[in-house]
Amino acid sequence: MGTKQVVKGNFATAVAAKLVKVDVVPAYPITPSTLFPEQISTYIANGEMDAELLLVESEHSAMSAAIGASASGARVATATASQGLKLMSEMLFIASGMRLPIVTAVGNRALSAPINIWCDHQDTIAERDSGWLQFYAENNQNALDLMIMAFKISEDHRVLLPSMVGLDAFVLTHTMEGVDVPLQEEVDKFLPPYKPVYTLDVKNPITFGSFGTPAYYTEFKYQQWEAMKNAEEVIDEVFSEFYSKFSRKYEKLSEYRTDDADIIFLTMGSMSGTARAAVDKLREKGIKVGAAKLTVFRPFPFDEIKALSKKAKVLAVVDRNISFGFGGAVFGEVAGALINEKENPILMDFILGLGGRDVTQDAFSAMTDKAEASIKKGKADKMVNWINLKGELRG
Amino acid sequence: MASDELFASGHRGCAGCGEAIAVRMVLQAAGPNTIIANVTGCLEVMTTAYPETAWKVPWIHTAFENAAAVASGIDVALKKLGKRSGINILAFGGDGGTFDIGFQALSGMLERGNNVTYIVFDNEAYMNTGIQRCSSTPFAASTTTSPAGKVSIGKKQKKKPIASIVAAHDIPYTATAAIANYRDLKRKVKKAVDVDGPSFVHIFSPCPTGWRYPSELTVELSRMAVETGVFVLWEVEGPDLNNIKVTYRPKERKPVEKYLKMQGRFRHLFKPERRTDILNKIQKDVDEKWKWLEGLNEMAR
Repeated sequence: MGTKQVVKGNFATAVAAKLVKVDVVPAYPITPSTLFPEQISTYIANGEMDAELLLVESEHSAMSAAIGASASGARVATATASQGLKLMSEMLFIASGMRLPIVTAVGNRALSAPINIWCDHQDTIAERDSGWLQFYAENNQNALDLMIMAFKISEDHRVLLPSMVGLDAFVLTHTMEGVDVPLQEEVDKFLPPYKPVYTLDVKNPITFGSFGTPAYYTEFKYQQWEAMKNAEEVIDEVFSEFYSKFSRKYEKLSEYRTDDADIIFLTMGSMSGTARAAVDKLREKGIKVGAAKLTVFRPFPFDEIKALSKKAKVLAVVDRNISFGFGGAVFGEVAGALINEKENPILMDFILGLGGRDVTQDAFSAMTDKAEASIKKGKADKMVNWINLKGELRG
Repeated sequence: MASDELFASGHRGCAGCGEAIAVRMVLQAAGPNTIIANVTGCLEVMTTAYPETAWKVPWIHTAFENAAAVASGIDVALKKLGKRSGINILAFGGDGGTFDIGFQALSGMLERGNNVTYIVFDNEAYMNTGIQRCSSTPFAASTTTSPAGKVSIGKKQKKKPIASIVAAHDIPYTATAAIANYRDLKRKVKKAVDVDGPSFVHIFSPCPTGWRYPSELTVELSRMAVETGVFVLWEVEGPDLNNIKVTYRPKERKPVEKYLKMQGRFRHLFKPERRTDILNKIQKDVDEKWKWLEGLNEMAR
């Protein structure tokens, strides 16, 4: 049943790429994802991995080459973060529009300006409409497992869409944790070789990336929409098969002490563990709080969010991102999912942890105070709440 | 047209499109075992309006600036999958997608040494978006963003010397070609696809719409560009610009004015008044470039 190794999150994504036997890795280094191409380079240099590493001159070219390689029938992975993901952005939409199951690890990092290399989710959140599946890892084990599962989900012929796996900058990418690394034969059994539907083949020439006039464009987009819908069921199947083979359980939305909770925190990524620890502490004080973690952000798990909302008086969305002029993006998604429900909890949005500021248990206490005040009043004073602002900006 | 043509008739190119003529010749030279990565531009728009296609070889278009990178991905993927042997990988770009926005991806591919033949079809402006100037547009040409006017003689800057810059990357093969010299063009494309590693062919492709001349004069315009020395046919084999070889010498170079007069984009140099100063400058630039190339050529001997 594999080996236990103490590794950084970046290493976990690289070892996953090795275990799924990727054929091509086009890559450009960017902090905090640099360890990925470094590790792949080392594997290849030592003859431990049989893949083509294409060290390109930009992230834009990395994703362009990934598209060319994937369209040629290769299994392709890369890694990036922040500004690098932004430079890839144009090509992200093209990869999904061409239905190419590329998998990208993203070291979730804040965006400039001001330049900042630390963690938040703004980079991937800003690509939520790119047609990529989005998974968020809570720890290094998640990063490894989700990378492996992402290939199986993306390559399913009902889906054929690319995936990104987010792991928090430094909190995960550069932090050592004990991880169960599966054996090669176990992964081989779980993930069959990539079988593309169409490829660039001189014996059977096809045209990729046509000019789509108004007479056809919508139908292309509808099929992408359907593929993303299909992914909901495929994700459940793959999570369940993974559990049966590797005994590690994944859910689109995982709940913790929510059954009798008045206040439920909804989180993504590494702060989810902090949320559960904070819940335990607050429970000791007799405050009825619970936590829920989103592992899958695209496709968005509407049914799970609806079920969750029935349990709480306050559903507190903790956003490590900001959509200027609106609020947190996850909050917007949750509110959208609940729009047609007869009864809804008080929805509150908390913005925190931007640019790598620690998300502490104290922050959850502060949010709990605000949520309790809302329960007392029967409504939230403010829809969007910035937590732990400094000095005169403090609200 | 022979039935074994790989670029099908019935595409939506303008009458007299120099690029379409060039593409047909390129594919005749490259043959059926060819995969093309194309940048955004006239060529993609006129050949692939879904559900139709003019391509009888595998073809992929993704964006405006990255055919070289997409082609690099195809190159390494086929290598890894054991399907690389006997396949030509061609990247097709217009001058916009090559000289300007795609320059970085092109340079990256050349440095990496991917086994790709990059072909630029150069019609000297952004024609697909409506004749805007680019770094390939020649000095004094009037375009929609460098219009000739009361105080403007058109584009203020000279054309970027793309092929020399490419050759300076020390790649195995670089050439320039023109559709009027079609045997030379096909020979160069064949050489380019046959070398191991990156190669580059710069094909001069007159555009009746953008240059404002009658459609039937496309080949004649191409010929005049070469006969005047405005566009010089040369090739470099091996990684040394000193090995440059001029592959065609006009018996006597024609005055550049004859070439300019055929095109509406230079009309302002003749009407309402003759701009001798500008015409002299253009002639001087052509003479100097010719001298430079001849000098290199002599050095190589």
